[in-house]
Order: sequence, then structure tokens, then C-alpha cells
Amino acid sequence: MANAISTESGPLRRFGAWFHSSEASEVGAITLGHRRVYIMPTRLGMMFAVTLVIMLVGSINYVLSLGFMLTFLLAGMAIAGMVHTVRNLARLVVVSGRAEPVFAGETAQFRLFLENAAQWVRPAIMVRHDASGAQTVTDVPAAGSADVVLPVPAAKRGWLELKRVRLETRFPLGLFRAWSIVRPDFRCLVYPRPEKAMLPPSSPDSSLGSRQVTAQGTDDFSGLRTYQLADSPRHVAWKAAARSENMLTKQFIGEASAELLLDWSQLPPILELEAKLSRLAGWVLAAEAAGLRYGLRMPGVDLARAQGDTHRTACLTALALYEA
Amino acid sequence: MTPAAAHPLAPEHRAMTGRDLGWICGCLIFVMAPHAVRVPWWLTVFALCLFGWRTYLAFGQRSLPSRWLLVAVALLGVAAIGIEYRTIFGRASGIALLMMLAGLKLLEMRTHRDATMVVFLCYFLVLTNFLFTQSIQTALIMCGALIAITGALVSFSAPQRAPIANLRTAGLLLLHAVPIGAVLFLLFPRVQGPLWGMPQDAYSGITGLSDTMSPGTLSQLSISDAIAFRALFKGPAPSPRQLYWRGPVLWDFDGRTWRMGPRRVRAPDEVGGSDAKFEYSVVLEPHNRNWLFALETAASLPPNAWLSNDGQIMSYSEIRNRMRYEMTSIAGGRRSEPETPGSLARGTLLPSGFNPRALALGQSWRRAFADDEALMTHAIGWLREQRFVYTLLPPALGRDSVDEFLFETKRGFCEHFSSAFVVLMRAAGVPSRVVTGYQGGDFNPLDGYYTVRQADAHAWAEVYVPKRGWVRVDPTAVSMPGRVDSGMANSLPAGDPVPYLMRIDVAWLKSLRYNWEALSNQWNLWVLGYNTERQREFLSRMGFADADWRKMVTLLITALGVIVLGLLIWSLKRMVLPDPVQQLWLAFCKKLAAAGLNRASHEGPRDFTGRAALRFPDAAGAILSVGERYIALRYGAARPQTEIAELKRSVKEFRPT
Repeated sequence: MANAISTESGPLRRFGAWFHSSEASEVGAITLGHRRVYIMPTRLGMMFAVTLVIMLVGSINYVLSLGFMLTFLLAGMAIAGMVHTVRNLARLVVVSGRAEPVFAGETAQFRLFLENAAQWVRPAIMVRHDASGAQTVTDVPAAGSADVVLPVPAAKRGWLELKRVRLETRFPLGLFRAWSIVRPDFRCLVYPRPEKAMLPPSSPDSSLGSRQVTAQGTDDFSGLRTYQLADSPRHVAWKAAARSENMLTKQFIGEASAELLLDWSQLPPILELEAKLSRLAGWVLAAEAAGLRYGLRMPGVDLARAQGDTHRTACLTALALYEA
Repeated sequence: MTPAAAHPLAPEHRAMTGRDLGWICGCLIFVMAPHAVRVPWWLTVFALCLFGWRTYLAFGQRSLPSRWLLVAVALLGVAAIGIEYRTIFGRASGIALLMMLAGLKLLEMRTHRDATMVVFLCYFLVLTNFLFTQSIQTALIMCGALIAITGALVSFSAPQRAPIANLRTAGLLLLHAVPIGAVLFLLFPRVQGPLWGMPQDAYSGITGLSDTMSPGTLSQLSISDAIAFRALFKGPAPSPRQLYWRGPVLWDFDGRTWRMGPRRVRAPDEVGGSDAKFEYSVVLEPHNRNWLFALETAASLPPNAWLSNDGQIMSYSEIRNRMRYEMTSIAGGRRSEPETPGSLARGTLLPSGFNPRALALGQSWRRAFADDEALMTHAIGWLREQRFVYTLLPPALGRDSVDEFLFETKRGFCEHFSSAFVVLMRAAGVPSRVVTGYQGGDFNPLDGYYTVRQADAHAWAEVYVPKRGWVRVDPTAVSMPGRVDSGMANSLPAGDPVPYLMRIDVAWLKSLRYNWEALSNQWNLWVLGYNTERQREFLSRMGFADADWRKMVTLLITALGVIVLGLLIWSLKRMVLPDPVQQLWLAFCKKLAAAGLNRASHEGPRDFTGRAALRFPDAAGAILSVGERYIALRYGAARPQTEIAELKRSVKEFRPT
């Protein structure tokens, strides 16, 4: 990604990083005031300058008055173009939209709104998330707004902060690029990566007494599935496992089960924290898909049995934000 | 780096479209078209073939030719240009090379970056057009080209936009560039060129008088409308008969061609108290020669010039730029001055074995008249009697050109008349010489300038009369008095190719012409003639006398700063959205704030009006209705004007108590 911004070489990048190093994020609508719009000539801008010097020397040598006029007019055009480039970005307003929660490993969709209070269109505005390389180019209509979506990969569970977003434009001449850095207070909730796991076998829960029900029982054999660390050795299908490369666990259907407690203590202690959270997230999804009423119990978290999107979100949020 | 990560604004990552290609080709053809008539025909065809090749590849979505093929074509082209022009370093061959390279660059143009380089080339090609002509028309046409080229540049930054919007942006940019360009033009410290030796052909194609004269030289010049110089008289203007603008003086004759001889420096004549004098300024077009033109007889010298013993004003360097100088001339010819015996001897030399009949005639006159002046008068009378025909299309003359003109064809132009007269005089032993220059000039009643064209080129004779010095005799005027009094066009027989402008006799056309020429003159003076001296003149008129380059740079930067500041203010001007609803809401909040109730930044209109209604129970109805109306207008889909008016009224009447 180092060469993604071709006009910035190494030292310049480092300087830029220092220059924009304030990390405080900005709440609400962010207006790109003139003071925070920076401008530099592009490589083509430098070449244009060289062209102008050649034209100036030619005009002097051949004493071409119109040549002088043309050269100076073009120089004036470049200077005016610089102001136009700043104008294309200045006073643009960046407003954060919503980012729907995603699972780790997926891509978070950060939606930003660019609001244009001016009476003219702002063409070719690039919005770029430097950290991930997510970028998009849009035109912002006159006295209107445009929305852009930055797809940022979500690697870890928890809050994914958008942080630095670069807005850049080279309109109208491409000889200058104006840019501004914003740090919108914009984050996306990332749930743990759900493990594709069958629901846990039931375990007695004292609080529920005799009404303890589980999705999987131990009464009737219903099939085989891959062995998981938590499975009881008594349920391992040793014969089948001998024929297969993997350990297999026999599954049984118990009583008509409608309620389930997803309990931290059900997980084998040797699992790492993230693996535990992943399994629990997988169970939440599976339980929701199976139409069960489920609860979640973890250290410091105890969500009563319920069902539906709100409950699912609550459970996943608890898992996403769990801190040991 | 994955393609998705390529910088979407970086031109090197964006492939160009068919529309871009069409636009670029259009621009190139626009700026190269004026050159097409100047380069050999095959080069134009070659360039067009390259354009066609690129277009063909673009239409079929075919891949571009390999670099090796392009290098081969380029080498072929350079070789062909080298053979055609005998060199590849020169103005004409340089332009030929540029044309070819532009076509080749098209064939390796893939991204917007390449296309931008071609755009820069287009700008440069605009400049090359000014090497040939810097007229107002050229300037206007090239303004059009500039808008089109800049439109192409804009479209590379905003590929999705409509072409017309890009052209409008280009026009706006150039409009904003005008003040900056004007300041740079006026204040940028000028260096007088050239900086290095010019290519041999730098000044080819400039017309003007030559340092030799043979039959046909002047008549060739006389079909040109090109302007030789302009003159503006400060006091009374001379009569048409006095408008003899002296140029090269020719002494040496080889039977066919007259040439200048060696010259010495002498001081200009002094203006006596009783002399009628003319004071005037001359704006001389570049003619790549040393001589300057002035009315006979010059009494002053322009800077960097000297006066020769035969009355020519010579500049120390060739006139390669339009030049302006002030002159004073004495009316009525030169006072007597002794001529050196050497010069008098040179003034009677004739090549032996040429024009025997003219020689015989001259010698017969010598025998008849002892007095030179009487002989001269007789010769003038003889010329008048002979009924010569004045024509731009004289028949071709053989070896004894003067004999054939005088005794056989009897048709000729001023060079025939003057040459024949001087040969006759010299045959009679009277010192005489040929003077070339311009005669007449077209008075423009609008700006008072006399315009002297190449078509006014003229040749006359000077005869040395012992007591009077060199006396002007115009044999053409003697034979055809109308040539001097009423211009060439009226003296020529019908059917002769007269310069177009000289034929025009329609009143409105004439006035149109005068207007145009007055405009061109101002253009020449102030735009094309703006040089180091003019810059100094301009600065001292602005109150900065003796400005050195430091002062100029300071001035320049100040002026540019002011303009850029103005542009920045312009860029802010239309920035604030004048939403009346929002402004009314803010006014409403201001009134409440004045009454002691401030809206918190997180507080929405509904919460705030609710809180305000509790605080000001008497005005609760009004407050809530403003809130409702504001919410409906600001966040609702429809925005009826009546509702806005209602909101405006209620905000205006609102008094929190």
C-alpha cells in the first residue's frame, strides 16, 4: 500500500503522518475549513511548470509577444486552477452515517455523507481510508449531498474505529491536489467470528430444575458430526472415527427442546478466550436460526432467555465487547 | 498492489476513453492546421495517417503498436524531415518534427497521464503558430484553441462530466487567468532576446526591400499588402509629393542588378531656422535588414543607428522586432554640400558592353549640353515624351535590359524607370545613383497614422548638380504623374494585379479598413511592441521611475497576491447555502437566546421548543407552532412557499416574554 499514493514519496509520507498526527476524533458534522485543506502540485503540475519555462525561454528568444502572453495566461490559469482546486474541497461537510455491525472477517461498510452547501457541483472528490486502502470517488451535487461507503475489513471483534479519512481532489486541472484529513467519531461494532458449531449438548441447570430442556438430547441417535473439544468421550463414534480421518461425535435428539442456556462454563477450559467467544457467537446464531429461546451466561454477563433480533444483537454485542 | 488500491485520481491509473481521444485529436488538428500550409504536403499526410491509425485502433479496441514499430516510424520520419529541410535543427524543421512526434505520441497514449502530456504539447504548438503570425486574428483563433485544449485537461480530472460543463469550467479558468496573465505580462521583468544564436531560417519569409535591385524586384514586392511601417506626424503632415521614405541607396550596376556600395558615416543635417521640418514617429515592422526609413532629409538619428554619407539611416543590428523611433526630417531636400571626387567617380561608372543604345543616347546629350542641369532637364523632357507605360507586369527583359525597356517594350515599373534614367545620366557623365524606399502612404483618419505597405515600394534617382548637391528626380513620376499624386492603383492599366487593399474604393469598406488598421496599430504598439523599453515607460507612467528588477518582482508579487486574494474571496462567496428556513430558525433561536434561553448543541428542534414552551408559558403556542413548522419544512419532503412565509411571519412577530 506504500505506493498507493504515488505522489507521496517516503519522507513526504512521514512528514504527512507527523503533520496530521493529532488523533482526536471529531464529533458530528466536520466542515473542511480552508485552514485544514492542504494543497501541493502533482507530478503533472511540475511538468506543466517545466513546459511553461520552455515556452517562456522560447518567447524570449524569438521575441514573441503573444508567446509571452500565452505563457503568462497559462501560468495564470495554473494559479487560478489552484484556487479552484481548494474551492472544490473547502467547506465540504463530512457527516458520519451508520455502520451496521459485522462479524470479524467480514467487511465493515462505513457510510459517510458529503454535504455541499455551495451552489455548484464539486466533481471528483476522492474519499480514502488510508489504513485499509478503501477508497471511492464521487461528485457532490450542488446544494446537496452524496454518500460514499468505505468498505473496511474487520479483523478483530470489538469496536472498529474508522479514524483517519483522507478527502482529496485534483479537479479542475489535475495540476494540483488538495487534500484534507478528517477523523470522524465513527465506529463499527464487530462481533466475534462465529464458529460454525452445532449447539452444545444440554447440561443441567439448577436454576431451571426439571424443566431443563436442550436441543440435543441423549435419547435417540440422529447422526454424526465432527468432534469438538467439549464433547463427552462417551459420545465419540469410535468405529466411525476409525474409518474417517476426523474424530466424530454421535448426535442424539432429546426431548422436544425449546430453551437453551449458552453457558461459558460449558466450554472446555483449555480453549482460548477468542475461541470461546467465537463458539458462543456460533451458538447464538445457530440457536436463533433454530428458533430457540436461549440465554447467555458469561463472567459478568447474564442475559435471560429470549429470542429475536434484539436479543441476538444483545448477545452478540456482549460477546463483541467482552473483556476478560 | 492490487488494482483496487490504485489511486483513482492518479492519471497514470486511468485509461483514456474514446471521447478523450476524439477531443485530443480535435485539439491537435486545431493547432496544427495553420502549420499544414507551411510544411511539405507529405508531412501533413503523414501526420493525418498517424491520427487515422490511432482512431482505427481505438474504434476496434485493438492494442497499440509496439514500441519498436513506433521507434522505426519515428526514425523514418526524422530522416525524411532531415532530407527535406537539409537539417533537423531549425525553426521550420523543428515544427515539422513536433507535428510528427505529436502523431506518434498519440499511438502510445494509453492513460490520462499520456493524454495530459499531449495537452501540454498542444499548448506548445499554439506558441509555435506565433512564430509566423501574431495578428489579432491569430490571437482570437488561438484563444478558441486554448479553451478547447483546457477543456480536454479538465475532462481528464472529471471524466464523468458532460463536455459542455468541462468547456465552461475551462472558460471560467481562463477568465480568471486573464488578470494574472495581464499582470505578469506587464510586470514580469523582460529580457530582450534572442538568448542564443537563432537557427538560420528564423527570419525567413519576412518581406521588405532588398539591398539589390534588378528588373522585377520591386514589382514583386508591390503585390504585397504587408505593412512596411506606420508613421504618425506630430505637426503638419507632408503632402503626398513629399512622402519619399528613403531606404537603400544603390551605386553599383553590373548591367542587370544594382547594388549598394561601401559607405561612410556622416553627421545628420542640422535644422536651420527657416527650414520646414517634420516631426514624426515610425513603427517599423521587422524586415531582418539594417536600414531604417525616414523622410528625406533626415535631421536626427534614432538610438543605435548611424547615418551614411549617401543619406541612409542604418541600425547597428538587424531589425528583427517591431521597432519604434522618433524622427525629425527637413522638408525640401538637402542643402549643397561638396561630394568627394571618389563618390562622384563612382556615380558615373557603367559596366562596359551593356546597353549600347542607351549609352549612345546619353553621349549625344552630353555633346548637346555642357551644363549638367540643362542636360538633366532635357532628359526629363525626353522621358515624358516617350509615353512609357507603367505596369506591374512588364515583359521579360534580356541582356541589355535598359535598351530593351527604353527603345522596344516601353513598359515597366519604377525599377525600370529609375534604372534607365540613371544609366542615361551616367552615360552622359553626370554622377547619379538609384534610391529605393517607399513612396506615399495611406492616411488613416481615425488614428492619424500613415500606413506604408510593401506595395508602396518605390525606386527613384538622384543626380548630382554641382551647385545644388544631390537632386531627387523621380522618372516614374515624370512619366506617370498620377503614381505619386493619386497612388499606384490609379496609374496602372486595368487588368494589372493591384494589391487588394489598394483597389477598395467603397466608402464603408474603407472606413471598416481604417478602423481595423487603427486597431491593429494599437495592437502592434501595446501588445506586440511591449518590450523592455515599453515596460520601463509603463512603469514610470505608473509612478515607478527607474524600476529595477527587484522593484518589478516586488510589484509583481504584490499584484499577484491581491488577485489571488480576490479569487479566494470569490471562491468563498457562493459557499453559504442561503436556506431561508434554516436562517429563520436561527433567528428564532437568537431571539430566545436574547431572552436567556440557549439551545444546547445536541438539542433538536422538538426538544428545544418543548423546553422553551415550559420556560415561556405565555408564548408556548407560538413557540410550538414555530417548532412544528420548522420541522415540517426542514425535514419534510414538500416545501410550500406559503408555509415559509408563515414561518417568517411568526418568527418576526415572536416576542418571548
